[in-house]
Amino acid sequence: MTKAESVQLMTDKMAKFVGHIGIKLPDDVIAKLSELREKETSPLAKTIYDTMFKNQEQAVALHRPSCQDTGVLQFWVKCGVNFPLIGELEALLKEAVVKATFATPLRHNSVETFDEYNTKRNVGKGTPTVFWDIVPDDDHCEIYAYMAGGGCTLPGKAMVLMPGAGYEGVTQFVMDQMTSYGLNACPPLLVGVGVATSVETAALLSKKALMRPLGSHNPNERAAQMEKLLEDGINAIGLGPQGMSGNYSVMGVHIENTARHPSTIGVAVNVGCWSHRRGHVIFDKDLNATVTTHSGVQL
Amino acid sequence: MVENRNGKKVLVTPISAEDLADIKIGDIVWLDGDLMTCRDVAHRRLVEGGRELPYDIRGKAIFHAGPIVRPIEGQKDAYEMVSVGPTTSMRMEKFEYEFTKTTGVRVIVGKGGMGPNTERACKECGAIHCVFPAGCAVVAATEVERIAEHHWDELGMPETLWCCKVKEFGPLIVSIDTQGRNMFEENKVTFNQKKDAAVAEICKHVSFIK
Repeated sequence: MTKAESVQLMTDKMAKFVGHIGIKLPDDVIAKLSELREKETSPLAKTIYDTMFKNQEQAVALHRPSCQDTGVLQFWVKCGVNFPLIGELEALLKEAVVKATFATPLRHNSVETFDEYNTKRNVGKGTPTVFWDIVPDDDHCEIYAYMAGGGCTLPGKAMVLMPGAGYEGVTQFVMDQMTSYGLNACPPLLVGVGVATSVETAALLSKKALMRPLGSHNPNERAAQMEKLLEDGINAIGLGPQGMSGNYSVMGVHIENTARHPSTIGVAVNVGCWSHRRGHVIFDKDLNATVTTHSGVQL
Repeated sequence: MVENRNGKKVLVTPISAEDLADIKIGDIVWLDGDLMTCRDVAHRRLVEGGRELPYDIRGKAIFHAGPIVRPIEGQKDAYEMVSVGPTTSMRMEKFEYEFTKTTGVRVIVGKGGMGPNTERACKECGAIHCVFPAGCAVVAATEVERIAEHHWDELGMPETLWCCKVKEFGPLIVSIDTQGRNMFEENKVTFNQKKDAAVAEICKHVSFIK
């Protein structure tokens, strides 16, 4: 295969994958929603869940995006330095988004700032967003693809606390976002929390937390304990499906953390809606693709 | 007009204030007739720009939504609704009183709660705000029979005014009624009390800085 053919092949595979994650939710999200659906008791909550599940079935049957807001595409790339297309990756991901936009179709979600016009191609300056993690001595490329919809992007918030505020302050910060903005962001939510030094380090972690599989825990025992405490605490608020009240509020709480400056605690929260459209695929050096999040899909 | 159809309460456009008088927050209703997508820029054009809507929505419904549509092959200027679900209604809150008063819209469909401007609009003008379960965009699209007209196309696909004919469009959960009662605001009081209790409980266990 020539380089040009390789680029074309990976572009086509990523375009297909992007289209697929807009139509079908990942296996772990479907399983969690089924579990939460069973635990709701009010007629209103049940009606809402029935509509949600009917929607997911129809989306697959009619091959259409399950939610009209197919988001701004964000890619979290974990790329080995020896992956053959490392230098072509950003350009080909952009091309894959354009391709998926017309093939699927996806909504046109890129508005150039200041000039304020919709590019009508779903890409623009800096979109899709590509976050990089470089892996030494490796020739694989792992890609998390995420559709960041407007509704679940709105509750995003980051700030820097004084150490005196402590983890109690972190708790208050996260919980306040749930009742002010979270309830409008299509619960049951997946809540990502970043704990670090500054706004941008915490914010990046809070988004990265949303890529983790549901049911996974932070490897630090205290952080994992806090994930559970926050999950139980937010569930106790009883936001219910669509924030219209019910027995549960979240699909999970994921915390990602780094060390911090002794004088600051950077904290950020990011949420994923119930229609949490993220996919994970691993390419080897020959561009064979393994999808880990969605069963039954071949790229 | 209101019809009871197989146990479903269906609002049929044109809708009058009297049709909505008995409807209360938490009720589930459905819609037949005219529904126009209308969101951020259209509200701003009308309220701040003083422009008239190019489509009459008096007695009809609007949908805070930016859909995915596609051209119907072999037909000129005809579009199919592919995927359409509600967007966050709160973004339209600052415009909704004046918008409702000026246009005579009766049913506002969206996602999440709205605030005092919309409560006032619903109470003074005899209108309601409803929630269509968000993220259920294929269900909503299949309840659109056809797109009859489209205007302000220069705003791009999400912001274009797509004027739809709908059939048993729903479920629509009433979140603000003509009395001005607001389900989300009432729920928020309870949510905040429960939140305060949850924060107090969590804080007993997270004193990691010692």
